[in-house]
Amino acid sequence: MSLALASRAVLTNWPSHSGQYKVTGLLDFSSGNAAIERSVLDLRGLPECDLEALTSLPWMGFLANHQTRVPPGRAWMLLQGPPDMARSGDVLEVQPVASRVAIRYRRGGNGNVLFATERCDNYCLMCSQPPRQVADGWRLSKLRELVELIDADEVSLAISGGEPTLLEQGLADLVRHCAVHLPRTQLHVLSNGRAFSDPAYANSFAGIHPRLSWGIPLYGDNFALHDYVVQRVGAFAETLRGLYALERAGQRVEIRVVLVKPTVERLAALARFIYHNLPFVDHVALMGIEPIGFAKANREALWIDPVDMAAALLDSVRYLNRHLIPVSLYNLPLCTIPRELWPFTKRSISDWKQDYLPECASCVVKEQCGGFFSWVTDEWRSRSVKSISEVCR
Amino acid sequence: MKFLPPEAFAKRQEGYRLLPMRFRRLPWDTERVLVSSISGDWLIMPRTMLDALVDGAMDPGSVLATDLEARHLITRGPLSTPLAPLLSQVRTRKRFLQAGPALHLFVVSLRCHHTCNYCQVSRQDTAKTAFDMSGDVAELAVERLFEWPGHHLTIEFQGGEPLLHFGRVRDLTERILARNEEQKRGLKFVLTSTLHDLTDEQLDFFAEHKFQLSTSLDGPEWLHDANRPRPGRDSYRRTIEGIGRARCALGEDAISALTTLTQRSLSAPQEIVDEYRKQGLHSIFLRPLSPYGFARRTAARNSYPLASFQTFYRKALDHILAINRSGYAMKEVYGGLILSQLLTPFSHGYVDLRSPTGGCLGAVVYDYDGQVYPSDEARMLAAMGDTTFAIGRVEQPVAEWLDSPAMQRLLDSGVAESLPGCSDCAFVPLCGADPVDHYARQGDLVGHRPSSDFCAKQIGFFDLMLQRLELADPEERKILEDWALPEASTKAHVEVA
Repeated sequence: MSLALASRAVLTNWPSHSGQYKVTGLLDFSSGNAAIERSVLDLRGLPECDLEALTSLPWMGFLANHQTRVPPGRAWMLLQGPPDMARSGDVLEVQPVASRVAIRYRRGGNGNVLFATERCDNYCLMCSQPPRQVADGWRLSKLRELVELIDADEVSLAISGGEPTLLEQGLADLVRHCAVHLPRTQLHVLSNGRAFSDPAYANSFAGIHPRLSWGIPLYGDNFALHDYVVQRVGAFAETLRGLYALERAGQRVEIRVVLVKPTVERLAALARFIYHNLPFVDHVALMGIEPIGFAKANREALWIDPVDMAAALLDSVRYLNRHLIPVSLYNLPLCTIPRELWPFTKRSISDWKQDYLPECASCVVKEQCGGFFSWVTDEWRSRSVKSISEVCR
Repeated sequence: MKFLPPEAFAKRQEGYRLLPMRFRRLPWDTERVLVSSISGDWLIMPRTMLDALVDGAMDPGSVLATDLEARHLITRGPLSTPLAPLLSQVRTRKRFLQAGPALHLFVVSLRCHHTCNYCQVSRQDTAKTAFDMSGDVAELAVERLFEWPGHHLTIEFQGGEPLLHFGRVRDLTERILARNEEQKRGLKFVLTSTLHDLTDEQLDFFAEHKFQLSTSLDGPEWLHDANRPRPGRDSYRRTIEGIGRARCALGEDAISALTTLTQRSLSAPQEIVDEYRKQGLHSIFLRPLSPYGFARRTAARNSYPLASFQTFYRKALDHILAINRSGYAMKEVYGGLILSQLLTPFSHGYVDLRSPTGGCLGAVVYDYDGQVYPSDEARMLAAMGDTTFAIGRVEQPVAEWLDSPAMQRLLDSGVAESLPGCSDCAFVPLCGADPVDHYARQGDLVGHRPSSDFCAKQIGFFDLMLQRLELADPEERKILEDWALPEASTKAHVEVA
């Protein structure tokens, strides 16, 4: 089920500049790593007792349902969204001018992202996050701040966009900042890889974070196909050169393939191309399309029912698996693919945008299934969606 | 709409250019050709389409042209199809060159119980200890071993029968391990032996140092004993007993066997394969006789035309595949090697099928008397009085061996891509150069390809394996792929560029 990511809030005594703060509950108070001055204490649902010793500390402010428990004159906020929207460990961005609060980090979430920029030098037909040519260099300092507030034991974090490499050395700075504050976190950067066709840029990432990896898209084994899908002449050549530069720079690389119709038509050829030309890749992710953003405008060119991909998926997954290239399937509900492929599926849709359909209520494999993007509509629904009633294998 | 259609990116009007390619008409279907790139990527296509391709008449947007582009046989220009993948494939295929020779063969003694007609070495009587490697030679050989740059070294003890000089095997192993305390190379020990008369002490030693044991099993008892005469005429019984004892001590996977095929063997393909199955062996290496050692002198009795071997091999292969279909996994090693060349982008560890030659670039032989050779075949030539390939002695540093006239000769004719007859062969990116073999058979290091048995054998294997792959049903295809593809556990060792 999806949780709200932003809501309006009533802010009292709050300073007028926006800022990011760690939500701290009573239980975290002793173990938290964020400075008290950068934290808001969550007073909601606390037992009736004398909290003065606690509330007199220099918190940035308080999350509360009533003013009664907030020390007079101190900053506090009343969230107008669902109460569980902000929980202990989360990081909030408070935007006083808009009276708005947004979640920037969700403790325990599987889809936490450092959103690097809205800009992109590709223009993919199925982009779920359509790029905008805006000057958003301000994001970098906010992300550095956010990194300092994220739990040090966070398992994994993505850096995404837009195209993060458009930050140039800013991206390397951000990764280094993560190495200081989050050295144990698996850091996966989603990039189109084109910038690494300059090997010097790839080398600037050598050895700067112990758990850094890259997710690079490849939509075909030939330039005409890849360039068409990303709508940029020359992108295939640059991405390929970039992949070799990353390998020479000792980087771990995942290939990400979105299963749009023209790519599916040469999927087995792409699998062969990866094995014969890029055998160093760590992982290949074959990903169902996300029906939002540009994808909606290009449905006719992109949509192929997962049922109709079965042969291509079987060929490609069997081939990669047999040639010891780890492969996974993302965003494909179990009822839409052959059972042989079920072990390769991952529950890949970030929890905040993942849902099930009415048919799923009685399905016996619902718990293993990644379900659907929350914004799935009838025209993006496989005709084979159904409740599975028995698993006899 | 701001999105452009596929045609806007296809650049059809710009045509294509050919990248270096070679082709071969398929012997089983002359209407079609195998086309290969300089890195050994390949595809099979109609002959008429190849003509169109070369004439510049192919539609660059067609499915076939796209396949050719993806396998680096044509280019659409550096802004569309960069050469980076092709260069990476070449680096990957030739990766073996970067680490220096990995295989180091120590001939600890020429003595042997057996008096095989075809023996590849000038074996000596079991009492003649003058043909044992001395301590001084051993000490120097170990010095030389660590002058090579490889991070992973395989040390193989052979003979004669190395167990007749087990003391030297132990001594060399211990010296190498002592030196490795500071060197920290990855070491693997192999012993090539009949496994006759294995003692408990020897087995304990092999188990302690995780030896791989390689033995010869020529087939069923009648055949093995006829091929391998020894006093008591009980070679088969002793080998089987040795395999059993070694398995108990070292584990199933530590023992492998290969066959030497005499003229006698050629009548018994099924029986030989069945013997391997009976002994619980999961790999078999069907090796034809080589033209060395005593074999040439007794050629009339032992040798046979290549075509006879090929007929034998096809029958044996059919039988091996049938056994696999029945549920018992058995791999033919040489066929598997050819398949791995066809189906993977990687280089391999087999030194006889490399270009540049595996001689001294992949393997080094340290003979009992301190002479050093690029291969066992070169050592056998020297035993017959021809020292063309004696590259040096253990008293000299490795740098002097590499600077020797013998080494120069080897390298001059050791790159298959540059040899007449090889340079335009479609299989050359997957094949090897063997100047020692050509010298031994044809009296010339470069050799004459149309009359070369080495060449005919390789091409025969490539053709056969390609044909089997093409005609295989899914079950057989899976068996053949299993031979070619590395196991999951060994992937970590596959190096790529």
